Formats: sequence, structure tokens, C-alpha cells
Amino acid sequence: MSIVIKRKPLTLMEKLYLPEIARGLSTTFRKLWEKPVTLEYPEQRPTIPEGYRGVPTLVKDPEGREKCVSCQLCEFVCPPKAIRITPGSIPEDSDYAHVEKAPQEFDIDMLRCIYCGMCQEVCPEEAIWLQNQFSMSGYTRGEMVNNKEKLYELGGTLPDEHFKWRKKKESAEKGGGHH
Amino acid sequence: MEFNPIIVKFVYAAIVVVVIMTLCAYAVLAERKISSWIQGRVGPNRTALPIIGGIPLLGPFLTRLGIFQPLPDGLKFLFKEDVVPGHVNKVYFIMAPILSLVPALTTVAVVPFGQFVTKTGEVIPLVLANVNVGLLFLFAVSSLGVYGVVLAGWSSNSKYPFLGGIRASAQMISYELAMGVSVLPVLLWVNAPGKEGTMNLFDIAQAQNGFWFAMWMPLSAIIFLVCLFAETNRLPFDMAESETELVSGFHTEYSSFKFGLFFVGEYAHMIIGSCVFTLLFLGGWNPLPFVTLETLGMDKGILGAALSVGIFLGKMCAMMFLFMWVRWTLPRFRYDQVMRLGWSILLPLSIANLIAYALIIFYLDTAL
Amino acid sequence: MTDVFFYIFSTVALAAGIGVVLSRNTVNGAMFLIGTFLSMAAIFVLLEAYFLAVIQVLVYAGAVMVLFLFIIMLLDVRESAAKKTSVYTWVASVIGLAILIVGTASIVSADSIKTKAAALPEPSGASLKPFGYELFTTYLLPMQVTGFLLLIAMIGVIALSKKLNTDGSAK
Repeated sequence: MSIVIKRKPLTLMEKLYLPEIARGLSTTFRKLWEKPVTLEYPEQRPTIPEGYRGVPTLVKDPEGREKCVSCQLCEFVCPPKAIRITPGSIPEDSDYAHVEKAPQEFDIDMLRCIYCGMCQEVCPEEAIWLQNQFSMSGYTRGEMVNNKEKLYELGGTLPDEHFKWRKKKESAEKGGGHH
Repeated sequence: MEFNPIIVKFVYAAIVVVVIMTLCAYAVLAERKISSWIQGRVGPNRTALPIIGGIPLLGPFLTRLGIFQPLPDGLKFLFKEDVVPGHVNKVYFIMAPILSLVPALTTVAVVPFGQFVTKTGEVIPLVLANVNVGLLFLFAVSSLGVYGVVLAGWSSNSKYPFLGGIRASAQMISYELAMGVSVLPVLLWVNAPGKEGTMNLFDIAQAQNGFWFAMWMPLSAIIFLVCLFAETNRLPFDMAESETELVSGFHTEYSSFKFGLFFVGEYAHMIIGSCVFTLLFLGGWNPLPFVTLETLGMDKGILGAALSVGIFLGKMCAMMFLFMWVRWTLPRFRYDQVMRLGWSILLPLSIANLIAYALIIFYLDTAL
Repeated sequence: MTDVFFYIFSTVALAAGIGVVLSRNTVNGAMFLIGTFLSMAAIFVLLEAYFLAVIQVLVYAGAVMVLFLFIIMLLDVRESAAKKTSVYTWVASVIGLAILIVGTASIVSADSIKTKAAALPEPSGASLKPFGYELFTTYLLPMQVTGFLLLIAMIGVIALSKKLNTDGSAK
């Protein structure tokens, strides 16, 4: 049921309008002396709330190993197809040869990215994270494509200490089986 | 050494125009700053000139105030691409911005901005042309300013500018009447019987050594002020522009320097309007009601002249501030409200006001 | 100096007047008319009739022509196509020309133009007092009649623009 709310009839002072103008002017005059509520952006930055989903980045584990195993799930799930991965293999003499794969190239086109966070959600290795950075700018389209180095530079290290792949290797050496 | 008087006048005129243009530029800055302060923002605070901006303390302070901002603003108007759309009537399209600025700068000629009292006590008005019909001349020339808006709207050959132009012309005609009638009580009082008839703005200002006219003719002052807002197309009467309805009204199709002319023209009109209101109702260069520079004993020589000009400019700046303050406080009227206010409220009110003051002045003249 | 200005402004006035008659675009015509009014005002200034000059600009150029333009733009009058001049136009033109010639001849033949007539009031220049006194004493009747005429015209316009029912009552 719709309710009709009658508009209050105007008092004489309100009908004259000039007193109301004076009231409005006094309000704005008080505002004139208040501190600005704005941030002066490049120097002052807003505080980023927890769980913010900014630019997607790649992370390393505390030992400095790149966590991505180039399974390409993120590439497949990415709605705007912003991610391009060229898989590569890990050299035989590496400590982590048993991980087998790591990305050779990892490009995220930030002109396409919609910051949906699906890559982070789908990643089985927790290697791709949407972090605090919110502002990307560049002069060319090429500059707006984040390559692997850029992504690791933005991402840094994820301080988780479960060391999944080292444990896997150790348990395999001790005689197989799952831990 | 004698100078050719015509050349001297030319030099004076050039100086006055330069001053007015500078005031316009800083009025734009003031508008931006005041709007941002009222809205809790900071406003332009980054533009710095290389050398002055580098002075410690003072430089950053001026930069934060945006003192250097008008320069790049003006340069931007000069150097941006000047687009003339293909569908416009070229002659009028180019003529319109000129027509909107020229009347504003012409009216400056009759606006006195101070007095110079010689050692012998002779009072010389500081004005380009001290003509007797000053006030009428001012009304006449500023009423030509509407052609700029109307022609811009029409020659743009596009809907929104056209609507803006039509609205502007209707509004200007409507409020000119009430404006003219509302100053008549002032003229009645100044032209008391036995005096030589005058419409000279200098004489009107000099007549306010006692009460200012705003104090004993408040209704006239209010009607005149409202009409002034309407005539300068300022909010809440910016029918011609009304950017929420008409894109940006009559100057939608304009860019670069032509738009700049419109922009400066608007502020020039505001400055002239403030000057006229100050002269007619706020006592010109009299520092306080019942206190003139003469009673303070500071009216003689260069110092007195500078003081009178300073007081006058101060009052004018206060009026400019009022213009901006109101702009950032009030919402725009609807078009029919504007028309109703003009024709069925302000015009009858101003006529009633005129009759009332005519009777009062008649009584004062005969009975006392 | 004054002569030079007189010739400049009268030439402009005449040229603009011819422009009003000849221009097919109505807006051009209106703009030419404004030009005529302004140069007329300038000629008034040269005659030291400052008050008249200012009133000319204020009333005609500043208000009447704005209304003209307003109406032209509102009605969206397009460039009129070249029509055949009707008989009426010819008759009106001939009568107008005849009146112009008679008027010019009478002015030129009269003595008043050659010598400054004593009957003429002193050029009052910018001072408004003589205007007021003359208007409310010597010329009171013509002024009242003119005002009445304008009132009649105004009432006529209102009556015409108000749509009436067949029985005469307002809708």
C-alpha cells in the first residue's frame, strides 16, 4: 500500500524565502572555515582496508621459491582473459626439480583485468594474490602489461610457513607415502 | 609638458581595462577557492611560478592559495584547439563572444572608483568619463550584453544552446524592468528639488555621506540585488547556462578562446554589477555610515585618493564574495519560477516601493 | 572632428537601414536594425543630446530589439524565398518614397534648417531637468496620448492572444 505523505505547508518565513536564504548562507559560511575533508592524493594516501582487492600479483614463499606452478587455472578462469602464461620446466639440478613446472612468462594485461579476484580464488598454490596497490598508470598499452618480474616485484613474499613442496620431497625421500 | 588629452584618456582606459581583466582572472580563482572551501575541499593549490614559488615560506604559501593559477588558466584558453562546428552560422558565432565582453568593458568608463581631493578642497572624481547620465548609460550598455548570449545560442544551431539563448533573453528583459524601477527612489532622493538633475554615479555616491541607501531603502536594495543576480546570469538565476539541464547552455558549442571570452565576460559583468551596487546602495567610498573620509580628515591628496579607491575596491570585493557565496549555497530556480518572481513579485513590489518612497520624499520635502 | 564622426555614423546608419530592407535572413535584418539604432544614438551624442542617445540604446537596442530577436528565433523564421513583389508592395513603396521626398523638400526649403531657430529650446545636453519639465508641462498631452495609445495596443494584444469561447467568455 502506498502512503501519501502530505507536504508540510510553508510558514510565512519560509514563503518569504529571503530568511531561508540567510539560513542557507550561514550554513555555508560555517562550512567555509571547516577543515577540508579531502585527501591530497599523491602525497597523502588512503588507508587500505583489510581484504582489499587491488592489482593481482605473484608471490614467493619465505624461501624465495616462486609459488606458481604454471597450472594455468587462473588463465582459464580469468573472465576478461587478461592472463597469459607460458609454462616452462624447472631445471633438473634445482632443489625443487620435483615441482616440475614454473612459469616461463606470466603476463597480466592490466587494461583488461577487472579485479574480480577469481585468479586468487582458483589458485591451488596460493601463488597469485590481489594486494594493496590500486593505481596503475602508463603511457603506452605495453607499459600496462605486467610481466613476471613486475608481478613478483609487486607481490613480494607470502609469509606462510607450510613449505608444502619441501615436505613432499622429504617424505618421498624417506620412503614415499603421504604425510 | 602637455599631453594630448585623447592619448591620456586612452592610457587611462587601457589601465582600467587591464585592472578589470586581472580582477576577472582573480575572481575566477576566488570562485574556485570559495567553492572548494564551502564544499570542504582544498581547491587549486599546486601551480607554482619558478622563481616566486621558490621563496621559502612565502612561495609555498602563495602556491597553496593558488595565486599563480590564473596564469595557466588563461594560457589554457589561448592554446587549446579552437573548434568551430560545421553547422554553425560562422559570422554570428564569432561575433557573439565579442558582443558579450565588449559591453561589460565599455560600462567601466562611467563607473567612478574613488575621489581625489586637491589641496584647495576641490573634489575630482576618479572616473574615465564623468557623464551626467552615467547610470542610464550603464544600464543601456549593459543591456546590450544579452545579444552575446542570444546570438551565441542561436548561431550554434543546436538545441541546448538555443534554449539557453531564449531563456537568457526572456530573463534579461523581465528583470531589467524591476531593476530600473527599483533604483528610482534613489534617484528621487538624490535629485531633490532645487538641485541640478543628475544621474551621475559619482554624485549618487557622494550623496551617501549620511545614511547609506541600503539602510534607508532596504527594499530597493534587495530588489536591485536580486535583479543584479538575474542580469549577470548568476546562480540561482543561471537559466542561460543551467548545466544540469542544457549541457552548458548558450556556450555549449564554444571552445578555447571564444569560451574564455564568455567566461571573462560573465565575471566582468559581475564586477561591474558589484561596483554599481556599491555606488548606489553601499555608500561608494565612504568608510562607514555618517563617517566620510573628510570627517576622518584623511581625504586630501594622494593618500586620500588611494584610501577612497581602497575602500571602494574592498566593498566591491565583498559584493563579489556575496555573489560567489550565494552561488554555492542556493539551488537553481526553475524557469517558470524565475518568470513568476520577476513579473508578478519583483515588478509590482518595486512599483509599490517607488510610490511609497515618492510619497515619503514628498512629505519630507514639503512638511519639513 | 565632429563632422567626420557625423559622416561616419550617418553612413553606417543609412547602410544598415538599407541592409534591413534588403536582407532576406530575418536575423540579419534585426542585427542591421540594431546597427541603425546604435549609429542614430551616436548621432544624438554628436548633437549633445546625451539623454536621448542613452534612451535610444536602452529602449530600442537594449529591449525592443531583444524582443524582436526573441520572437524571430522562437518562431524560427527561415530565409524568405524570393517572392514576386505584389502590387501592394509597389503602391506602398511609391507612397513611402513620395512622403520621403516631400518631407526632405520641406525641411530643406524651410528657413529653420539654415539658421539656428530662436524657438528651439537650448540644447539641454545631459541634464535631465529640462526634459522632465518639458515632458510634464508643454508636452503633457502628447505624452499622455502616446501612453494611452500604447495601453490600447497592449490591451489589444492581450485580447487577441486570449482564446475566447464563442459566447465571449474566457476559456
